Amino acid sequence: MPKKIKIKINNKEIICEQGDNIYKVAKKNGIYIPGLCSHPDFPAKGNCRICLVEIKGFKNLATSCTIKAEDGLEIKTDTERVKKARNLNIELIFAEHIEKCATCIWRVKCPLLELADRYKIVISRFKDRKGNRKTYKFANAVELDGTQCIDCRNCIDACSKIQKINYLELKGKGISQEIVPVKDKNTDCIYCGQCAVHCPVGSAQEQADWDKVERILLDKKKIKVALFAPSIRVSIGEEFGFEPGKVMTEQIVPSLKALGFNYVFDVNFGADATTMVEAEELLKRVKNKKNLPMLTSCCPAWVKYVEFYHPELIPNLTTARSPQIHSGGIVKTYWAEMMKIRPQNIIIVSIMPCTAKKFESARKELKINGLFPVDYVLTVRELAWMIKKNRINFGKLKPAAVDNPFGKHSGAALIYGASGGVMESALRSARHLACRGKKICPVKIDFKEVRGLEGVKETTVSINNIKLRLAVVNCIGNIGPIIEKIKNYDYIEVMACPGGCIGGGGQPMPTTGEIRKKRMEALYKADKGFKMRGAHENENVLEVLKWLKKKPELEHKVLHTKYVNRK
Amino acid sequence: MDILTKIKEAGLVGRGGASFPTWRKWAMVKDALGEKKYVVCNASEGEPGVKKDKYILENYPEQVIDGIQRAMEFLLAERAFIYLNPDYFKELKPKLEKFIGNAKYIELFKKPHGSGYIGGEETGCINTIEGERTEPRLRPPFPTTNGLWGYPTLINNVETFYNVSIVVAGKYKKNRFYTIDGDCLWEGVYELPENYTIERILKETRNYPDFSFFVQAGGAASGEILNSDGLKKPASGVGSIRIYSLEKHNPKDLILNWLNFFQRQSCGQCTTCREGTYRLVEEIKKNKLDWELINDLLANLEDSSFCALGYSAPIAVSSFLKNALPLISKNRIV
Repeated sequence: MPKKIKIKINNKEIICEQGDNIYKVAKKNGIYIPGLCSHPDFPAKGNCRICLVEIKGFKNLATSCTIKAEDGLEIKTDTERVKKARNLNIELIFAEHIEKCATCIWRVKCPLLELADRYKIVISRFKDRKGNRKTYKFANAVELDGTQCIDCRNCIDACSKIQKINYLELKGKGISQEIVPVKDKNTDCIYCGQCAVHCPVGSAQEQADWDKVERILLDKKKIKVALFAPSIRVSIGEEFGFEPGKVMTEQIVPSLKALGFNYVFDVNFGADATTMVEAEELLKRVKNKKNLPMLTSCCPAWVKYVEFYHPELIPNLTTARSPQIHSGGIVKTYWAEMMKIRPQNIIIVSIMPCTAKKFESARKELKINGLFPVDYVLTVRELAWMIKKNRINFGKLKPAAVDNPFGKHSGAALIYGASGGVMESALRSARHLACRGKKICPVKIDFKEVRGLEGVKETTVSINNIKLRLAVVNCIGNIGPIIEKIKNYDYIEVMACPGGCIGGGGQPMPTTGEIRKKRMEALYKADKGFKMRGAHENENVLEVLKWLKKKPELEHKVLHTKYVNRK
Repeated sequence: MDILTKIKEAGLVGRGGASFPTWRKWAMVKDALGEKKYVVCNASEGEPGVKKDKYILENYPEQVIDGIQRAMEFLLAERAFIYLNPDYFKELKPKLEKFIGNAKYIELFKKPHGSGYIGGEETGCINTIEGERTEPRLRPPFPTTNGLWGYPTLINNVETFYNVSIVVAGKYKKNRFYTIDGDCLWEGVYELPENYTIERILKETRNYPDFSFFVQAGGAASGEILNSDGLKKPASGVGSIRIYSLEKHNPKDLILNWLNFFQRQSCGQCTTCREGTYRLVEEIKKNKLDWELINDLLANLEDSSFCALGYSAPIAVSSFLKNALPLISKNRIV
């Protein structure tokens, strides 16, 4: 137990833990200190110089994020001296950042504008100095706009410290310093977007598609279908003032309809299909002892990682397409036939917690009869921006359920949004499939060993006397040791982002450890409340799979995929 | 008497600029827990106008290396680095290697070109030796407990190691090395008592000007500007004195020179220094000066920078405005 100590902030006595930083202590006690560069995912850097405080006995002002609480410290957060330095530093930062407010999805919650407004800062004394900076685009997923960068370096920390990809580096020094992709041929971006979800000013961000979607929504001739991912229902509320983890499914649906979508489907339906395809494939591979361990492929950043860094593992990836692509494919085939709509007239927009899903949606090998299963991908942030921009009263809309027949899904689909969820879903259904025709088979629904926020989760389970050695890698930064001993496993799930999709690069900001935990708990809680826990119980999915089975060529196109060696 | 007591009684303080009591630093590293310990002799000498470290290495390499070895024995350190300014490295390598001889645990480390001023700051120096970007680290933790590769590390200036050696030999006379340059006849490095005032140093070296002048004491970048009324105190910091003739220099050029230096040397880590030094240069270049903004930017550097480079960036300009500019006709700067 850390020692409890007494400090004073603005003459108020506060009891806190020794060693906690002042920024954190102040926040906990309802004392506002502004800050831009600090993020609980990283050690404090103290580089933005906004969270300045005056401490008795200190010669200079100090950054509250880097000062640890010691017994007897007396801190002032809002003296004239603090105001003067802090406001000047905000002004200096503002002069680094070229405002592109007109089209910036950040406009509605921009920390720079908030600070300027709060402290009434004149932001026009200095000339913008970064007008000529480059924008680096990473596939169609993420971009780094140098004209907006405030040099906080969070993107580098995200890419190096969390993800251990090391794709971003600092070039030059002083005012010439610039964050750039490395030139090393052996390093490449995996499009996870952790840089974006840690950038305080939208310099690292998703490549926006909301404007294109807005245009297509006006097209009367098209049938506009929205799909939304499992994890976003527990996070999008945060954009509108709700607690992290609040399930907002029935607000998401009417919001999308209000934006102009004709139909709104749940990717959970696709997830149940994915589970069935993957579970079957797992049993087959285990039986034939071929291409083991089988690796999950729902995470497009992980797929890109394998394709670039470990192409030798491509045969190990499951051939099952991801829930997003399954959903899109089923809508453009099965549903199109059912509704008697030409697939060419269907536009599918999926709302994802992810930037790499944009890259996935554009993979040519996924085309079905010449059409992409998903036409546009929006991040949660993009959708929230569209909702706000169109003054849709999210949270107060008349609740509406997802459209049928893709409204029904299992609890297993929901937990796809959390690290370990894909594997648990597959195990639930694999157990069911392996037990088919058997009279006695042990029931197991919860596979708690694979849940949680640890970096690597390992366990062995037995399914109908088949022993499966499992590993779940939570966050690509933890992949190293597992790759080294990959032969020791039969089935491995990898999610590139911390916590899985609930910590994805397209999620609302801030996304912190605490928030990831709340979103994750919400998904497991919701799963527990479902009567239907396994994908194999979803009759509508079984119906679709049966329909596809009759068209073997189409079945393969809709359900399976192949990968590309990108080394 | 043990070495720590000898150093303490001699009253040695750091000669890299900060004047921290040497015995305390040694004791901190000694008391720090660590499987290994390191010693670094800092010969970065990045402050313009200072040449004394080079002078000492050229003339007393044996004593410097002796001082390093004594520190290593005291701390049971396993390796030492002589962290050399790249120009010095080229020139002094053969000589230093000769004196290091078989003591292979002392390594010469060439400070990379471009690592600049901040490469001499303790934590910047540690980052550089570790192969990291040359930038200061957050303090605490201090190098005394978390230095090279996380191990307790003693970093002292060349002159300090030299002093340790002569203290042990019983030859320390409370002298220090002064670099004198600028508008004077007898530029050079002088060894004189540490308590001499600037005025006396200039007189004893026959450099006291017979024209209107001001001096910059403690480094030609971060040193304080003093007029002839302010010379009754010792030369602080790195012990250097640059003399400026009042007539010869354009105030605006001087200010720009100082600010340009810091802008070029700023590592880029913190807003205050990266943006502040740049904006100051831009402001000073203007025809009509916004003194309120300039003063705010100067004060901000001193109060909210990340490291000592930022803190010291405004010293020359601020003290120039206070102590020298009033002697110059105002219309020369606007």
